[in-house]
Amino acid sequence: MTATMNWTIAAPELVLACAAMAILMVGVFARRDAWTMVSMLSFGALLGTAVLVIAGGQGPAVAFSGLFVVDGFAVFAKVLILLAAGLGLLLALDWHQREGIARFEYPIIVLLATLGMMMMVSANDLMSLYVGLELSSLALYIAASFARDDLRSTEAGLKYFMLGALASGMLLYGASLTYGYAGTTRFAGIAEALGTAPASAGLVVGLCFIAAGLAFKVSAVPFHMWTPDVYEGAPTPVTAFFSIAPKVAAIALFLRVMTGPFAPVIAQWQQIIILISAASMLVGAFAAIGQTNVKRLMAYSSIGHVGYALIGLAAGDEAGIRAVLVYMAIYVVMNAGAFGCIVAMRKGGKATERIEDLAGLGSTAPMMALAMAVFMFSMAGIPPLAGFFGKLYVFVAAVQAGLWPLAILGVLASVVSAFYYLRIVKVMYFDAGDVALDARPASISFVVAATGAATVLFAALPAPLLGAAAMAARSLVGG
Amino acid sequence: MIETGAVFFPLLGAIIAGFFGRSLGDRGAQLVTVGCMALAAACGVALFFDVAFAGNARTVVLATWIDSGSFEANWALRYDTLSAVMVGMVTFISTLIHIYSVGYMSHDRSIPRFMAYLSLFTFAMLMLVTADNLIQLFFGWEGVGLASYLLIGFWFDRESANRAAMKAFIVNRVGDVGFALGICGVFVLTDSIAFDAVFAALAGHGSTMVSAFGGEVRAVELCAVLLFIGAMGKSAQLGLHTWLPDAMEGPTPVSALIHAATMVTAGVFLVARMSPLFEMAPVALALVTIIGASTALFAATIGCVQNDIKRIIAYSTCSQLGYMFFAAGVSAYPAAIFHLFTHAFFKALLFLGAGSVIHAMSDEQDIRRMGGIWRKIPATYALMWIGNLALAGVPFFAGFYSKDMVLEAAWGAHTAVGQYAFWCGIIAAFLTAFYSWRLLILTFHGEPRADHHVMEHVHESPPVMVLPLVVLAIGAVFAGAVFYEPFVGHHWQDFWRTAIVVAPGNDAMENAHHVPLWVKWLPVVMGVSGIALAYALYMGAPGLPARIAARFQGVYQFLLNKWYFDELYDALFVRPSMVIGRALWKGGDGAIIDGFGPDGIAAAAKATASKVVKLQTGLVYHYAFAMMIGIVVLVTLFATGRF
Repeated sequence: MTATMNWTIAAPELVLACAAMAILMVGVFARRDAWTMVSMLSFGALLGTAVLVIAGGQGPAVAFSGLFVVDGFAVFAKVLILLAAGLGLLLALDWHQREGIARFEYPIIVLLATLGMMMMVSANDLMSLYVGLELSSLALYIAASFARDDLRSTEAGLKYFMLGALASGMLLYGASLTYGYAGTTRFAGIAEALGTAPASAGLVVGLCFIAAGLAFKVSAVPFHMWTPDVYEGAPTPVTAFFSIAPKVAAIALFLRVMTGPFAPVIAQWQQIIILISAASMLVGAFAAIGQTNVKRLMAYSSIGHVGYALIGLAAGDEAGIRAVLVYMAIYVVMNAGAFGCIVAMRKGGKATERIEDLAGLGSTAPMMALAMAVFMFSMAGIPPLAGFFGKLYVFVAAVQAGLWPLAILGVLASVVSAFYYLRIVKVMYFDAGDVALDARPASISFVVAATGAATVLFAALPAPLLGAAAMAARSLVGG
Repeated sequence: MIETGAVFFPLLGAIIAGFFGRSLGDRGAQLVTVGCMALAAACGVALFFDVAFAGNARTVVLATWIDSGSFEANWALRYDTLSAVMVGMVTFISTLIHIYSVGYMSHDRSIPRFMAYLSLFTFAMLMLVTADNLIQLFFGWEGVGLASYLLIGFWFDRESANRAAMKAFIVNRVGDVGFALGICGVFVLTDSIAFDAVFAALAGHGSTMVSAFGGEVRAVELCAVLLFIGAMGKSAQLGLHTWLPDAMEGPTPVSALIHAATMVTAGVFLVARMSPLFEMAPVALALVTIIGASTALFAATIGCVQNDIKRIIAYSTCSQLGYMFFAAGVSAYPAAIFHLFTHAFFKALLFLGAGSVIHAMSDEQDIRRMGGIWRKIPATYALMWIGNLALAGVPFFAGFYSKDMVLEAAWGAHTAVGQYAFWCGIIAAFLTAFYSWRLLILTFHGEPRADHHVMEHVHESPPVMVLPLVVLAIGAVFAGAVFYEPFVGHHWQDFWRTAIVVAPGNDAMENAHHVPLWVKWLPVVMGVSGIALAYALYMGAPGLPARIAARFQGVYQFLLNKWYFDELYDALFVRPSMVIGRALWKGGDGAIIDGFGPDGIAAAAKATASKVVKLQTGLVYHYAFAMMIGIVVLVTLFATGRF
C-alpha cells in the first residue's frame, strides 16, 4: 500500500469536478439560452473526461493512500458510464425544453452524478465507496424531482430520497460493522481479515448490509420497489439516464466489492447473488406483463436485466465478470435506444407514455417502429441482435460454473419477458392507431439510429467489446 | 430400354401435363399423356410377349434406394411372367382409357390435371407390379392409393366426392397397416425384403414360431395373413370393401381404370407374387379362400338391388375380385391372374360403356330413370351386351374361360374350403348374370323413364370414346380363348416358370382339368338361368320385381343397404372414434394440455403478474418494509450458508 497521494491518476475525476463547477458558473452568468450552452459544454466535459480516462492507461495504480484505484476494470466501467451519461443528456436536450424544465442545472447535475459514479467504480475503500455513492445518489434525487411543479416527479424524487437514505443507512451500518470486525475499511485489508480466520458473525452481517445497499442501487429484488414508481414519475429523459448510467456504476461496484474484499467468502455470497438474481429475473418478467405505462414496463424490464447481469456475478469467475460487462454494455446501448423512442412519444405537443399510444406506429413512423422493434427483439434475446449475445454469455458462464438451475431459470424468465416485449411490437404493427406521433427532433433520431445500428451490427463485429471486457475482467479477478 | 420405358413414360407424361398443363393447354396435355401412354403400351405389350412367351425374364436395377445395415432396397424393375402380364395389361388398358378420357372429359375445366393424375396412377401401378422388393412394391402400393384418392376426389367441389376420397384413403390405411406389418415380419424373418432373397430364405423358416395374439403361431402364417389384410384393403374384400362403391364418385374413366381393371387387382397380384410364402401357409390360404368366396357371393347379392349404374358394376367388381382371391386361395394362382386379365377387359368395357350411357343421358346414373334408349345409342348398347356376356360367363366370351377355370380349380382343390368357394361361386355366377341383365334391360329397354329433355338429348358418344370400347370388346370376346392355353392350360408351368410357385400337393390347377362334366357346365347353366330370370322379371312382367321387393321388404332393404356394413362401421368405429377424438380434443388437448400447457402457463403468468403488481402499493413504508425483510433473508442466508 502506497502512502503517496499520486493524484494524477485521478485526473479525469478532478477535471470533471472542476468542469462541472466551471460550467455551473457559466450557467449562472449566461444571459439567455443557458440551457443549450451548458448542455454543449457538458458534452465537452464528458468527452474530455472520456479522453483522459482512456489516455490515462489501464494501471493498475492506486492514489490517495489507497482510497482510489485505477485498473482496466475501472477504465471499462468509466467509459461505459460516460457514454451512458452522454446518451442520457442527449435525450434530455429537446425534451426538457418542450416540457419547460430546461434549466441549466440539469446538465450539471448529470455531470456531478457521473463524477460520483466514476468514483464508485474506482473505490478501493469503504469510505471512498460511500462518498462516491452518495455524490451520485444526491444528484440523482434532484434529477428525479427535476420537474418540480409536477406532482409525480416530486413524489418520485421524495420516494427515491427516502428509500435511498434507508439504503445508505444500511450500507453505512454494514461498513461500520465490517470496520469493527476487520479493523480496516480498505478492501485489501478486509479480504485479508476474511481470509485468515473463519468469518465472524459481525463481518457476515456487515457484508449482508453492504450487499443490500448495493442491491438497492442496482434495483435488484427485494430492494427494487422504488424503481417502478421513480421511473414512472421522473421526467422521461431522467428515467432514461437512471436506467443506464447508475446501473452500470452500481453493477461495477457490486462486482468490485464482491470479488475484492469479500472474495474469500464467495461460497456464501454466491447464494445471496443467486437468490436476488433469480428473484429479479422473475419479478422483472412477471410484473411487467400487466403494465400499461411504457416507463413502468421499462422499470420492470431493467429489474429483469439486472437479474440476468447478476447471473454472471453469481458465477463469480473471470468468464462471469466478462459476461456481466458485455451484458451491461449491450444493455446501455439498447436501453438508451428504447428510451429514445419513448422520449419521442409525443402527441399534439404532450408527452404520452401509455403502451397503446404506440399503436399504428408501424405505418405512421416506420423507421422509429422498426428501431423500437429491434430494441424490443434484442431485449427479448432474439438472435442475431445484440441482446441475444448478452444473454448467451451470461448463461454460458453460469453453465460453466455449474449453475444450471439459474441458467434454466434465466431462459424461462426470458421466455416470459418476451411476451411483453413482443406485445409492444404487436401494438406498433397490428393495432390501429388514431393520431400519429409528433415529429421527432434530430438528437433523438441520432440516438435511436446509432444505438439501433449498434444493436443490429454487434453480431457482425463483436470482437472489440468482447476483448475490452475480457481485459477488464482479467484486471479484476485474473490477478 | 423398353423395360424402363414401359414404366417411366407415364411418369414423364404426368410430370409434363401436371406441371406445364397450363401452358400446354387442354389439347397439349391430352396429346402428351396419350402419346406417352401409347409409347409405354408399345413397350409393355412387347415385354409381355418377350418375357411371358419368349421366356426372357430379367431384372433391371436402376439405383440403390436404401442401404442401411442388412436392410437393402433397390429401385429395380423385375420382369418375370407375372409382372409382364400385368405390365402388358395395365399399359394397354390405361392407354385405351386415356384415349377415352379425351372424349369423356372434354367438357371438364381441368383436363391437364385429370390426365396427369391418370398417368401418375399408371406409373405407380407399374412400379407396383414391377417391384423387385417389398418396399418398392409398397411405394407403388401407396402411389396408386394416392392417385386413387386424388381421382376419386377429382371433382373436389362436390362434398360427396371428398367424403368418398377420404373414405377410400382411410379404409385402405387399415389394410396398409397389415401390409406394413407383414413387410416388417418378412424382413425380421428372412433379413431381406428383396423377393429372390426372401423366397430363398423362407424355405428354412417353415417351422419358425412367433408368439402373437396370445399364442404360438407359425411365423409364415402370420406374415401371410398380414400381407393378405393389406391385399383385402386394396382389393375391397369383405370387411374392407366399403370404400369401393363410394369410389364411383370419381369420373367414370377412373372407375374403369383404377376401380375395376387395375388398382383393385393389386391385392390379387400381391398374393400371386408372394405365392412362395402363401404356399407355406395353409391357414392363410384357407382364409384367402373363405374371404374371397364370401366376397364373391356377398357383393353379388347387393349388386342385384342397386339402382346406380356404376355402383352395380362396382359391386360386380368386388364380386369378381372375390373369385380371383378364392382361386389364389386354392393355389390356382394362374387361374386368378387369368381371371384378373380377362376381367380387366370386360370390366373396363362395362364401365366405359356405362360412362357412355351416362354421357348420353346427361349425367344421369340411376337406372330407374333410364330405359328405352337402345335404338338411340346402338353402338354402346352392343358393346354393353358384349361386356355383360363376358361377365356372365356365357360360352366363348372371355369370362367363360376364366370363370370356369376358377370354379373348376375350386372344385379341384378337393378341400372343404374349396367346396365352399365353389358353391359360393356358382350362386354368385347366377346372381352375376341376373344383375347384369337387370342392368341391361332397365337401362336400354322398356318405356323411357327420363324426361323428354334428356331423351331428346340422347346421342351416341363420339368416336374417340367408342373406339377404345371396340378394342376392349375385342379383348372381352377373344382374351379368354386366346390366352387360355398358355395361362392355365396343361402346361401352365412352362408359361409362369418361377414367377408362381405352387407347393407339391396343392394340385388344384391340375385337377381343374379333370373335373366332372357337370362342374364344367354348371356355371354356364347358372349364368343362362340368371339371364332368363332377369328377362322374365324385367321384360316379361315389369311390375313383378317391385311386388317381390315389397313382399320381401326385409331382405330387400338388407340388400339395398349393402348388408348395413356402412352403418355397422359407423356405429362400431366412426362414432366411437369421434367420441374419443372429441374427448381427447376437448378434454385431453383443450383442458389438460392447453389448460396446463400454453394457456395454463399464460394464465398463470398473468395471475402471477397481477399478484406481483399488487405488492407495488406505492406506499414508501411498504417498500421500506420489503427492504428490511430482504436484509433479514440475506443475513439468514449468509449466516447459514444455504437455502
